[in-house]
Amino acid sequence: MFQLLNTILIGITAGAIYSLMAISIVLVWRSTRVINFAQAGMALLSTYFGYEAMVHFNSFWIALPVAMVGGAGIAALIELVFMRLLVKRSSTGPMAAVAPIIATLGLLGLIKGIISSIWGGADVRLVGPVTNVGYSIGDKTLAFSPLKLLTLCTVVALMLLLTVLFQKSNIGLSLRASAYSPEIARLSGVKVDFVRTLGWSLAGAAGAVAGMFQTVNGNGAFSPESIEFALLLISGFIAAVIGGLESLVGAVVGGLVLGLVISFVLMYISSSLFFIAPFVILLIILFVRPQGILGVKAARRA
Amino acid sequence: MTLTVTELTIHHGAICAISDVSFTVPKGQLTAVIGANGAGKTTLLRTLSGLNKSTHGTATWNEHNLLHSKPETIVRHGVSHVSEGKAVIPELSVVENLELGAIWRKNKKEAAESKASVIDIFPRLGERLNQRADTLSGGERQMLAIGRAIMSKPQLLLLDEPSLGLAPLIVEQIFQTIRDLTTSMGLTVVLVEQNAMGALKIADQGVVLNLGKVAVAGTAQSLIADPQVRAAYLGY
Amino acid sequence: MHKFKSSHHLGFFIIFGFILFLTGNRVDELRVYQGASIAVYVVAISSIILLTGYSGQVSLGHGALLAIGAYSAAVARNNFHAPVVLTFVIAVLAAALGGALLGAAAARLSGPYLAGTTLALAIGLPSLANQFPIFGGEQGVFFDVGFPPPSLGEGFTQYKWFFWIAGLAALISIWLVANILRSRYGRNWRAGRSNETAAALAGISVSRSKILAFTISAGVAGLAGALLSMTIGTVSPSAFPLALSFSLLTGAVLSGVSTLSGVMIGAVTLVAIPEIADAVATRIGVSERFTTNLPGLMVSTLLILTVLFVPNGPVEQHRTRQARKAAKEKN
Ligand SMILES: Nc1ncnc2c1ncn2[C@@H]1O[C@H](COP(=O)(O)OP(=O)(O)OP(=O)(O)O)[C@@H](O)[C@H]1O
Ligand SMILES: [Mg+2]
Repeated sequence: MFQLLNTILIGITAGAIYSLMAISIVLVWRSTRVINFAQAGMALLSTYFGYEAMVHFNSFWIALPVAMVGGAGIAALIELVFMRLLVKRSSTGPMAAVAPIIATLGLLGLIKGIISSIWGGADVRLVGPVTNVGYSIGDKTLAFSPLKLLTLCTVVALMLLLTVLFQKSNIGLSLRASAYSPEIARLSGVKVDFVRTLGWSLAGAAGAVAGMFQTVNGNGAFSPESIEFALLLISGFIAAVIGGLESLVGAVVGGLVLGLVISFVLMYISSSLFFIAPFVILLIILFVRPQGILGVKAARRA
Repeated sequence: MTLTVTELTIHHGAICAISDVSFTVPKGQLTAVIGANGAGKTTLLRTLSGLNKSTHGTATWNEHNLLHSKPETIVRHGVSHVSEGKAVIPELSVVENLELGAIWRKNKKEAAESKASVIDIFPRLGERLNQRADTLSGGERQMLAIGRAIMSKPQLLLLDEPSLGLAPLIVEQIFQTIRDLTTSMGLTVVLVEQNAMGALKIADQGVVLNLGKVAVAGTAQSLIADPQVRAAYLGY
Repeated sequence: MHKFKSSHHLGFFIIFGFILFLTGNRVDELRVYQGASIAVYVVAISSIILLTGYSGQVSLGHGALLAIGAYSAAVARNNFHAPVVLTFVIAVLAAALGGALLGAAAARLSGPYLAGTTLALAIGLPSLANQFPIFGGEQGVFFDVGFPPPSLGEGFTQYKWFFWIAGLAALISIWLVANILRSRYGRNWRAGRSNETAAALAGISVSRSKILAFTISAGVAGLAGALLSMTIGTVSPSAFPLALSFSLLTGAVLSGVSTLSGVMIGAVTLVAIPEIADAVATRIGVSERFTTNLPGLMVSTLLILTVLFVPNGPVEQHRTRQARKAAKEKN
């Protein structure tokens, strides 16, 4: 019973971080129709920015916004110089569907290489603002700590904020209109190019938060070669696909499903199935619903 | 305050879609542009709203050069374009489609007034504000597309085949609404149409395009009376 | 489109093999080893070209299919004492079976969904080795094809033997893939790639054709996996990291994903890059940190530049330019 509770709590916290990563992938998909495989690399780079800030100011609450701003800046830069060129150069021909996927993979390699060249592949160690020692019930210690509570609250707050931004604000309306129909958006006065850059920046900032919390919640180590990074890379993506790529709520549902499944497999089946579990759950879900849990069929056009 | 087009030439790659076209649209008047399939009507409108590039000529509205400007700039100069084929965003709700039209306007109170007046003109939209646009019927979508354009507070309205694929009764209603808008809001309208007779009936001026060139231009009555135009475009 | 008849192809390959034979005796061991690696990459890259370039399906997880081939070859050799040739056949069959299963799933998925599924497989599958003792966990298992036959003489080293096996395998698989691509199946794939609906209307069963592409591609990948572990001597999860899948994809893009004839470009580049990087680093004398990362940086930069500036590969680019020139001269 106690173990069950612990498994659920671990799963939810891990899932919350995957959700954030998934959210950033969905944001990019919605603003430019590109799956950004470099998203986790950008999150990692932002985490290194946060790490530098931590070294200088010794405060998580300064490091976090620094990482977010850094992440947003990097993302904007990539969209401005790289994605625009990509769209212009290879939007036709047999490679049109494949080119963006491959290009963002190249970007991932580039970012990893740059990080390793600057920081030498050293693990980033970050200490959270609150303790990661679990709450205790009687004489037992829960796998849920103030830090995990903070992680969860941050994710929920960010998701709510982004959902409100998307559904209720003019910026959100511009983002959605540009994604669905750039031409009508432009005729309505939306500066579509700017809006796309904005979408990438939001994604970059969300990814930075994921990276920062992944680092403080894990055993504190994060590097291009770490398991944490590989996990963030695939689980953010898988969570987004499970959720159907289109909706922020879907991304969160996908992240939580994934977090829980991995946690249960680890606890009750075998730790060596840790990495294959996401694949299996993804296959099952896509077999039942090829467009993801909350994905919708294409709209009736014309 | 007129729309002046002079010696406009537009290419799609090697194809010349519009060649040496000149005409003026006086303020507050409704000008119908008619012509067969592929005459270049859509190309002309898309160029005026900044979606296509031109090769030669000028087009000015209120001293604003319409060529070499971006669509998002042109709409800020009071030019709204309802593009061909029920230009709504199906994934958004009706009210979001409307609000999209006013998204660039700073004065939110005026935008709200525009919304009220659009709902006044098209009550059917008012009943369906929170539905997704892809649940609307063809006629309702066309109303929504025009409504979205009005939300941008236009002085010049460019309409591309609003009658496309609609039943005769609905077409008549839409044409009547367009006429009323022109008069009541003091709009200047360029109406591109296949339905030549319907368009000329409500228009003040008419321009007939043939293979990218102006074949005839004049008042709507004179075109309706012109035997050649009657034979070629009006079918009697 | 293809100028050569298949018999010409065969003749071409025999001559090519003869040249390899002659040079193999005259260069040092490192070059021989690199030659073997190039051959392995040729096999792996042609498998990706078949899948991505011709049938339009993206696989980010080819490393997993290589792993299936490698492990089944090793198990056949170690636990069932299969002869060397048979181990390679088993590698092909096992990977093809895996590919058929994956292909059945893939046929239902479009672009990004398929990319993600294969990515998840690439990360997940190698770790399965820890689950079953027969695969030897993190350390992995040996895969030993034995010494070269004594009849080949004293000077015939182990590396030369690897080179010979891999080279022969590469020639066979290129020849096979080239012929499959030119067959009815290859045409169907290309038809399905450019327009699924039209292909379906023309009577092509698009999903069956896609599954077939996946199966064949996986079989070739399995062969590449067995060859790869032959040159390393062991099979372990760490031999099939995500980085392997990515560099194979890079090799395919550099070769020009939609043209098989460029396959050598990608393979040679992948093998040459570490060495070039090393030379560059010693020349300009940068920090050690940068030196170790230079190959990775170069691969990624090349990948990005290729996608941006020659998206269809150098061979296709060259062809298009030739065709344009020819058209101009005609006028
Ligand atoms: N994007 C394009 N690329 C190439 N050619 C084009 C393009 N758009 C239009 N054309 C060509 O330009 C010419 C004019 O087309 P346009 O769409 O302007 O005609 P239209 O008068 O609107 O016809 P319809 O009444 O059928 O809508 C046609 O010959 C068409 O084939
Ligand atoms: Mg038209």
